[in-house]
Amino acid sequence: MARQIGDVILDLRNISLSFGGVKALTDISFDVREHEIRAIIGPNGAGKSSMLNVINGVYRPQQGEIIFRGQHRRDMDTHEAAAAGFARTFQNIALFKGMTVLDNLMTGRNLKMRCNFLQHALWWGPAKREELEHRRKVEEIIDFLEIEHIRKTPVGRLPYGLQKRVELGRALAAEPQILLLDEPMAGMNVEEKQDMCRFILDVNDQLGTTIVLIEHDMGVVMDISDRVVVLDYGRKIGDGVPDEVKNNPEVIAAYLGTQH
Amino acid sequence: MFYRETGQFKTSYAADQQIFPIRQDRIGIGILLFVAFVVIPLTAGNYWFNAILIPFLIFALAALGLNILTGYAGQLSLGSAAFMAVGAYAAYNFQVRIEGMPVLLSFVLAGLTAAGVGILFGLPSLRIKGFYLAVATLAAQFFIVWCLTKFPYLSNNSSSGVISVPGVEILGFRFDSPQSRYLLVLTIVALLALAAKNMVRSTTGRAWMAVRDMDVAAEVIGIRLMRTKLLAFAVSSFYCGVAGALYAFCYLGSVEPDGFSLDLSFKILFMIIVGGVGSILGSFLGAAFILLVPIFLDIALPWFSELLHLPFDGATVSHIQLMVFGALIMFFLIVEPHGLARLWQIGKEKLRLWPFPH
Repeated sequence: MARQIGDVILDLRNISLSFGGVKALTDISFDVREHEIRAIIGPNGAGKSSMLNVINGVYRPQQGEIIFRGQHRRDMDTHEAAAAGFARTFQNIALFKGMTVLDNLMTGRNLKMRCNFLQHALWWGPAKREELEHRRKVEEIIDFLEIEHIRKTPVGRLPYGLQKRVELGRALAAEPQILLLDEPMAGMNVEEKQDMCRFILDVNDQLGTTIVLIEHDMGVVMDISDRVVVLDYGRKIGDGVPDEVKNNPEVIAAYLGTQH
Repeated sequence: MFYRETGQFKTSYAADQQIFPIRQDRIGIGILLFVAFVVIPLTAGNYWFNAILIPFLIFALAALGLNILTGYAGQLSLGSAAFMAVGAYAAYNFQVRIEGMPVLLSFVLAGLTAAGVGILFGLPSLRIKGFYLAVATLAAQFFIVWCLTKFPYLSNNSSSGVISVPGVEILGFRFDSPQSRYLLVLTIVALLALAAKNMVRSTTGRAWMAVRDMDVAAEVIGIRLMRTKLLAFAVSSFYCGVAGALYAFCYLGSVEPDGFSLDLSFKILFMIIVGGVGSILGSFLGAAFILLVPIFLDIALPWFSELLHLPFDGATVSHIQLMVFGALIMFFLIVEPHGLARLWQIGKEKLRLWPFPH
């Protein structure tokens, strides 16, 4: 079951992003290889979430280039990104609170649905078939994430840990090529973290999905990621395999401070 | 005790995705439809048809339209009466100006016209949300009523914009009696309600709810906000437009622009607040409630005044009506923001467990 890390599929070159006078990202370049787990770490305010937002089109960088599967893009809008195979979760859970788990996951597949609202209104032939076909796929994900018992519960009523899991499920429902996870383990207890790690590793291993994740728990990052990029104040200060990064003096300085 | 799904196993996703997955519910809706389509037309009197049942169905349809926009897609609107007006006047114009226009087709075209106007006034929703959007739709309310008064062409040059609609005739059958008009309205409303239910349980409805609950996440998933919001405006206005056409053709017979005032818009908004925001059933419950409470008070208050020997005149009665109304709206907003539909749902859940408390 050894997964093969492939070629570079996502290449970010010289990305700079600023909001007015505030520079969120300055000249950042790194790449992501197929099937790998790539972590982005850094202190608070280092620009990690901004980086994810640039990758899936929420923010448009002032400078730089994004190359995904050989296609050059200065920026792309969120819809293009979703259609190209990016899915993500959010730091503060962004589920559709009034809808059930099942509906949340079905919504994750909306780009794969072809029927229009008139066909839906009639609930006839193709619309019904499509709904059933996607239901089957969504049930596979529900099975995978072990959330069968809550499939008809409105998401707003679920505890935090399960909501995080449902959000992962919604991202997976889109069958993404690259999964962007923004602090998937924030605020969880040890057991929930272990579960989440297992799911992330399983997704990577069984589905072959490339994963880019932001995480603060260093133990987790160093254990599960293949390569790590370190940001501080919007600049890249380290990049490499976990052991390399751990011993990088600049990284240590950023996290622990230096003696002046 | 009898209301329980024990033993009803679903062996396919199709069975699980039915509108009424529980057998007792299916029997219940069957009985309800039978009563509505067969028992009522045979038994009810003209007063019931003209004063209660027909307006109830028409307002339920308008409330359903607003519920699609506000309850499902989360876009607050105060222009539902204006979209009803568009529907009423459009249907009238199609009838009067085009020779041999089938009435049903003119209802559909009226709905489509309202949908077009709805899209136009829905454009601000792409930039603004919540109360600010409500103010923008308020503009639709005043502008449309003003237009209908200002341009005599729209009311076929009648004085002060009053239109008297021709009778309804389909395939040679004239819908003159209250019974027949009731059945016509009931059929249209039932079909449109079914279509609405189908939309909200499929991708279309999920996209609306996604935009309502978390628009950034919806966008990242690949839902196009503009298309989704405008579709909600279009579908909602279509429903309101058809309701307006029925209001003119099957209920009042003659309408004026001022009849579609802001008061009516608020009335429809109250229906969905009391009935249940984001619920098809709630639209019907809310319409029934808002229509029946005044009728109930009309009957109950004089009786009450006699009992207490208080001199209630007509003005007092209508004041008390307003007070009771206001109090009820506040009661619902505080106690049960999800309205009667939610109470119904809680009742059903309790019934499932009865007689055991847990």
